[in-house]
Amino acid sequence: MLQSDLATVLPELILAIYAMGALMFGVSSGKDQTTGTLTWATAGMFVALALWIGFGNAGDRSAFGGMFTDDNFARFAKITILLSAAAVLLISQDYMARRDLARFEYPVLVSLSVIGMMMMVSAGDLMALYMGLELQSLALYVVAALRRDSARSTEAGLKYFVLGALSSGLLLYGASLTYGYAGTTLFSGILSTVNEEVPLGLLFGLVFMLAGLAFKVSAAPFHMWTPDVYEGSPTPVTAFFATAPKVAAMALIARLAYDAFGGIPDDWSQVLSALAVLSMFWGALAAIGQRDIKRLMAYSSIAHMGFALVGLAAGTAEGVQAMLIYMAIYVAMNVGTFAFILSMERDGKPVTDIASLNMYSRTDPMKALAMLVLLFSLAGVPPMLGFFGKFYVFRAAVDADMAWLALAGAVASVIGAYYYLRVVFYMYFGTEGDRLDSRMAPAQWLALVAVAAAMLLGIINLFGIESAAALAAESLVR
Amino acid sequence: MVGLEHYLSVAAALFVIGIFGIFLNRKNVIVILMSIELILLAVNINLVAFSSFSGDLVGQVFTMFVLTVAAAEAAIGLAILVVFFRTRGTIDVEDVNVMKG
Repeated sequence: MLQSDLATVLPELILAIYAMGALMFGVSSGKDQTTGTLTWATAGMFVALALWIGFGNAGDRSAFGGMFTDDNFARFAKITILLSAAAVLLISQDYMARRDLARFEYPVLVSLSVIGMMMMVSAGDLMALYMGLELQSLALYVVAALRRDSARSTEAGLKYFVLGALSSGLLLYGASLTYGYAGTTLFSGILSTVNEEVPLGLLFGLVFMLAGLAFKVSAAPFHMWTPDVYEGSPTPVTAFFATAPKVAAMALIARLAYDAFGGIPDDWSQVLSALAVLSMFWGALAAIGQRDIKRLMAYSSIAHMGFALVGLAAGTAEGVQAMLIYMAIYVAMNVGTFAFILSMERDGKPVTDIASLNMYSRTDPMKALAMLVLLFSLAGVPPMLGFFGKFYVFRAAVDADMAWLALAGAVASVIGAYYYLRVVFYMYFGTEGDRLDSRMAPAQWLALVAVAAAMLLGIINLFGIESAAALAAESLVR
Repeated sequence: MVGLEHYLSVAAALFVIGIFGIFLNRKNVIVILMSIELILLAVNINLVAFSSFSGDLVGQVFTMFVLTVAAAEAAIGLAILVVFFRTRGTIDVEDVNVMKG
């Protein structure tokens, strides 16, 4: 019994042992000289685990009396999380080394938070959910304040900590109410209680938990930390925040909604569609005046989370599939965009001002073109993959008789296109001024060009994501 | 006779005080950390009350987890606060304003 339980959580177990081993190695091997090695080793570890999980063919399993679920849905999310975390580590390696940020704690903390995310997407119990979420969050609070001597970075860490702790508190209060009125913390137990008459306490619990999770995905009324934390954290950390944790939290919302509250889809669907509409519009409107590209990406991620929530709000297997496809595409686009943002510098100093992109197409036409493709894709302009992500979620919404939601999303994405296109405008038709340096690390260049190419080539068959996401959605929505 | 609803009322009151403590507090960040602890303790009261009135031990196990994580959370929060104090020389809430928003 215990043996099969442990076999189910083996990837998490290995990663946890690796993280502790890496910590010991880093501490004992003297001051930060091993950071480069550790970063590469951690990224290699993530990729190896992703391949193992992907080709494992394990079927649906659960461990520890249902507290931990390993199904196609969890595996899809885990692979996305692991690969994006590996990509972010690799593109940020050069930036960390050149900006005096090469601390060996960084890869260790990233692996700890990745373990937390893997726990989150596999949670089958409120306790497992909470422990996974906290493991992820605690590691992220620390990395936000990674640059200890910078007022911005420490302020970002402090803000993230306070609002993150508040959201954990909301989630936990909801969990305690759910436990009280359902009499169990197991998702399967809650599911069987909720099918009958729903007590008011359970609804309160559901709403509190969704509010807490909405903080983590930075959906609109709970997004206030996002712009400041994105702007203040060191850019590699921002890149990490924008990718893996979003996938994990979004998958966790889906798991909670279907595995625990699958009996009352109408109730959570209302909450999720309200969050979706607010996020899409707030993300699109508030981004218009931004001058800092990291702040812009913060509002962009708020809007994108709104679109992904549209898929979930549909409350169908098709919607979950659309959400998974959307998140996979979103993560890829963000890795490419942040690879470029990480390389933005003038006279060897990093800049994040959008206006500094003036006439970038003259400095380096190739990279400007790749960036153009990515920004069009983020905006959802048709030939790129970003359009197909939006297309899937809108179709799911229309099929679930929520055409108004799809319509609102379409309007918001048109508004949102303005600020992406403004960046393109600066790059191609801006005024002459100080240009950016053209230097870029090979890993960043590779990520930027590969993702841009993928955005164009992916329209042929989406690299098989569609069928994988369909399998994943089937295992969640029964 | 003290019933379940009394415990739940106390917990709800503590929870609300904690939330207001975070948003209305204009003095310093330590008070925010205390408010966060208050929220977590409210949750613990809830869990223990539910657990004892339904005769199910899971709630108390959950409480132990929450207590442990709360300790870790407080440690990290204070560590970040110390680092913040070193760069800014103040922990007033009004001075947490390098970035607008």
